[in-house]
Amino acid sequence: MMTVGEVDHGRNGFDPTVMLSDFDQGSSSQLPDGRTLREFSILAEDKEIEIAPGVMFPAWTFNGRVPGPTLRVTEGDRVRINFANAGSHTHTMHFHGIHAARMDGVPGAGEAAPGNSFVYEFDAFPFGCHLYHCHSVPLKRHIHKGLYGAFIIDPDPARHLEQAEIAAARLLGTPENARWQEFVMVMNGFDTNFDEENELYAVNTVAHAYANRPISIDRKRPVRIYLINVLEFDPINSLHLHANFFDYFDTGTTLTPTLKTVDTVMLCQAQRGIVEFSYAEHEAGLYMFHAHQSEFVELGWMGFFDVRDAVA
Amino acid sequence: MTRAIVQIGGPFAALLLLIAAFFAYEPLRKPFGGTPPPVEELTVERTVLDENGIALRVRAGGTEPVSIAQVQVDSAYWRFTQDPPGALPRLSGAWITIPYPWVEGETHKIVFITRTGLTFEHEIEVAWPTPKVDAEALGRLTLAGLFLGVLPVALGMLFYPALKSGGAVTFQFAMALTVGLLAFLLVDTLSSALEIAGRAAPGLKSALLVWIIAALSCLLLWGLTRWRGQEFTPLGLAASIAFAIGVHNLGEGLAVGSAFATGAAALGGFLLLGFTLHNVTEGVGIIAPLLERRPQLSILAGLACLAGLPAVLGLWLGAFAYTNHWAALALALGAGAILQVIIEVGLLLRRQIGQQSQTRAYPVVFGGLILGVAIMYLTGLLVEI
Repeated sequence: MMTVGEVDHGRNGFDPTVMLSDFDQGSSSQLPDGRTLREFSILAEDKEIEIAPGVMFPAWTFNGRVPGPTLRVTEGDRVRINFANAGSHTHTMHFHGIHAARMDGVPGAGEAAPGNSFVYEFDAFPFGCHLYHCHSVPLKRHIHKGLYGAFIIDPDPARHLEQAEIAAARLLGTPENARWQEFVMVMNGFDTNFDEENELYAVNTVAHAYANRPISIDRKRPVRIYLINVLEFDPINSLHLHANFFDYFDTGTTLTPTLKTVDTVMLCQAQRGIVEFSYAEHEAGLYMFHAHQSEFVELGWMGFFDVRDAVA
Repeated sequence: MTRAIVQIGGPFAALLLLIAAFFAYEPLRKPFGGTPPPVEELTVERTVLDENGIALRVRAGGTEPVSIAQVQVDSAYWRFTQDPPGALPRLSGAWITIPYPWVEGETHKIVFITRTGLTFEHEIEVAWPTPKVDAEALGRLTLAGLFLGVLPVALGMLFYPALKSGGAVTFQFAMALTVGLLAFLLVDTLSSALEIAGRAAPGLKSALLVWIIAALSCLLLWGLTRWRGQEFTPLGLAASIAFAIGVHNLGEGLAVGSAFATGAAALGGFLLLGFTLHNVTEGVGIIAPLLERRPQLSILAGLACLAGLPAVLGLWLGAFAYTNHWAALALALGAGAILQVIIEVGLLLRRQIGQQSQTRAYPVVFGGLILGVAIMYLTGLLVEI
């Protein structure tokens, strides 16, 4: 069954439907060696957010939203993150990627006390579907309070000549990519009474958000989901797609699927991947998706794709 | 007149000023920095299960109004309606109706999630349809009440001829037995009153009220019985004992009735038989003061009804209108009545013994006391709900 009422997305300052395909590419500039520099500004702040109708959660956020902004860069880009901490506790940004120890964003390397800041800088490798999160201690609390987000590194077709077309279809802004309907889904949960168990589960924070407002899908265009699990307390999470099967790219670091034709994948915390499928052969209608821990379904982690012949 | 107004109004005005000053400065707020987080309380007072689902009567407590944002049943969010809607101010109540397909005989766990994310749990141990108020249910409960209350007391009175033939020593023994039995009932009633008070909404401070009401009812009865400055007649004492036992049986009726309503107990013949045995001793207690008279049968019947019929009332209330707060207060009233009767019987016993050798009387009195408690305890083992 379902939650009752509606969440005030305006007050939250973020909307789960917009969040799905809200990619932050930062500001780009050319480095002397010809490479692209992508710069991002991230602010950690305390903020009370509404995670289910009427239920408020005292979150810690990156840029005022949970999950934080989806940072999207291209393989080989120089990435610079200007991180400032306006929160009440010490925070970091720890990126899942390849970087120097100094840039790891853990206690002792790249931690920003309240009122302080830090600049993380590294080259974007490897391509794939990644994440970032706060790594200050107590780690568990800094994660479940909301300090996490998606970090996508698109493959550079020039580095994958034998699969250049597939790589181009993954690279935001190319004509090959334009036909894809891309969504970021960060699977999370909230422990509202701090008993180390989640009271509700969701994709992109708001319980049953995509059940109350299904995700519009153009039947003819393929779908790509950047799926990331950050769920705390429960050891595993999963995605199950109804009435369809998908190809899965574990961690998104390959251009050929690591799992072909499946309808369920299981992920531990920080495990992630890319899900690709199509409704081209289906009739229009509401197609459900959810975690196949059935407990999570009725605690918020369930939604629908509203597959239509044409999407405005 | 004006002077009286100033004398009375002055302190009240000063108090109002003090309150205004307190809210203006709020000395306890500043040192903690900002507004302290609200402390919320939510207690379920009644549970109704029927073909429409689950209905729960909840009562709020704590420092801030409680907003019930979501309701989980068995770890699943569920549609619900609240009547009256909105945030619940301290100590106010509301009905929460959940159209949940509950399963007969199984356990259901309900979790209320408030605006602040706090959770309050309520467990329905054994889901069972809540009986409807109709002739059939009332009839069955009445019958059960007669078995539980009136019949055993009447049976106990059948010991009258045997006790009567025994003389003064038997009388003392019977009176001591009555004190033992009443002492047991006092402890039993007080402890169940406190236990039930513990389940009531904490803001009502039911446990504190239990003590106050027990003490007041004891004092009040003490005063009433001496209104005309007369000694107790044996019949008056018997009626007092019957009344005290009656209030206790009301409590037993409440417990059985609410267990019946919530399906928490299998109310088979064994349980009723247990209550019957348990309450037979009460009949002996009631007739003890009358051993030196020859009471009419109608008077005995009246006493049996006074002691037994409250069980019927208790069953009705327990099944259809049970709330922990009021049940605890009713039992506290009973505890006070029992205490008063213990004192009365004790005084009578002392007057009796005062005229004879104490070395002879004490073994009899102690024997009666201990036997009274022992019988009640042992037969009480049969009636654990």
